[in-house]
Amino acid sequence: MNKFGFSTHASRVIDYETIDTKLISYIVENEPSFASCISCGSCTATCSAANLTYFNIRRLNVQIRLGEFEEIQQEIDKCMLCGKCMLVCPRGINTRNVIMLIKRGLTTLEIKK
Amino acid sequence: MILIMKTITKKQSWNSYQKEIANDNLYYARSCIRQNFFPASEHMFLHILQKELGKNVFDDPNHTTCTGIGYHADVVLFDTIQTVIARHFALMTEAGLEHMAISCVTSFGLYTEVLHTWEHYPEQLEKIRDFLYKATKKEFNLPKSIAHTSDVIYSLRDEIAQKAQHTLINKHTGKPLRAVEHIGCHYAKMFPSKGVGGAEFPQVLAGMIESWGGEVVDYPERRHCCGFGFRNYLVQANRGYSMSNSKKKFESMEVYKPDFILTNCPGCSMFMDKWQYTIAEIDGKTYDSYGKGIPVLTYEELTGLVLGYNPWDLGLQMHQVQSESLLDKMGISYDPHLKYTDKHGNQLPKPVSPLHLTQT
Repeated sequence: MNKFGFSTHASRVIDYETIDTKLISYIVENEPSFASCISCGSCTATCSAANLTYFNIRRLNVQIRLGEFEEIQQEIDKCMLCGKCMLVCPRGINTRNVIMLIKRGLTTLEIKK
Repeated sequence: MILIMKTITKKQSWNSYQKEIANDNLYYARSCIRQNFFPASEHMFLHILQKELGKNVFDDPNHTTCTGIGYHADVVLFDTIQTVIARHFALMTEAGLEHMAISCVTSFGLYTEVLHTWEHYPEQLEKIRDFLYKATKKEFNLPKSIAHTSDVIYSLRDEIAQKAQHTLINKHTGKPLRAVEHIGCHYAKMFPSKGVGGAEFPQVLAGMIESWGGEVVDYPERRHCCGFGFRNYLVQANRGYSMSNSKKKFESMEVYKPDFILTNCPGCSMFMDKWQYTIAEIDGKTYDSYGKGIPVLTYEELTGLVLGYNPWDLGLQMHQVQSESLLDKMGISYDPHLKYTDKHGNQLPKPVSPLHLTQT
């Protein structure tokens, strides 16, 4: 904190032209079914981790597409890989594979954090 | 073709928001904070109307704060502020006047809100009449019209243009000066029909700039709040929220290279001026090409410059961002040695120069 006792905040405006798309490209490339997600939220509704914590797969999906990786990194380990989300997904997306790809992508890709 | 039609529609859409603006026989309602931060502005409003234009304006020493800052900070009740405003109406009635000119945008918003409340809830008006009578033995008539003082200057802009000594034309390039106009949120965002041009296209400052030869910059965050926000700045730790709003505006306007910012609200004038210093100290960033900042003027100060008043009499040296770059562009001569002197010519202490915001 500086001499004023407060500081400037970064703008929350999301600039679509500067979004880092490496992670979403990596996931879709390795799990093409993820591209068909309609964000219905069934995965989140059935998620055991979401019942007890702030974890929310639907929100992770949005954040990946907007290049907002900081919260994903904090949240992703809450998934227990139980696979209930896969059972209810109307598009048959392999969400468990998506979670694994997110984890791998965050550690192997050079993304803006 | 469609694009051209859209532009015309946008430019003219403010015409549907017009209001009656009385510009003579006015009861003047001062602001609390303007007298401290921009001390010459209110004096100049009175001087210009009374001496230059021969209008009757009553500056009442019994007028007090409207308590708006306390109201918006949740420490003053609505009944209380209504009674305070009712007392101001009583003072206006006692002075034999029927029109109010209000210097502060916060006050203007509150006077409007109170009148609107009384129009829709007459029993509330009767209750406040009773409160005021019990407290002060005063009675009042409702004003026939209320106007913000920028409305008054707006209504007189062509008269002022005829007396202009300087125009908003860059003397070096011959092109119009590029002005950012910033309207206080409480001017028209709460009650759009009470502001000239409504909430989306307020014309009050743009009209002055265009009448005096300047060009208005239309930038993406033009209608964004300056961040004043009362509770945002009253608590020190929260001031980052306030400053970040101004920062967002500065970043948005920077690419258009404005020559100055014109405001009609006490808080906006103060923060858009002083946050430039704070941002420069924290981030080392200024929003002009020369590290001097973008000068921020009140509409009275701009009117004074157009009418040929001495910039030091207008109090421009009291601003955080100094205005010499603008004065040079307008071709206004000034004596730098008299910048920090009192009315008798005695030298006053000079402010310390900040690290990043260059003072001319």
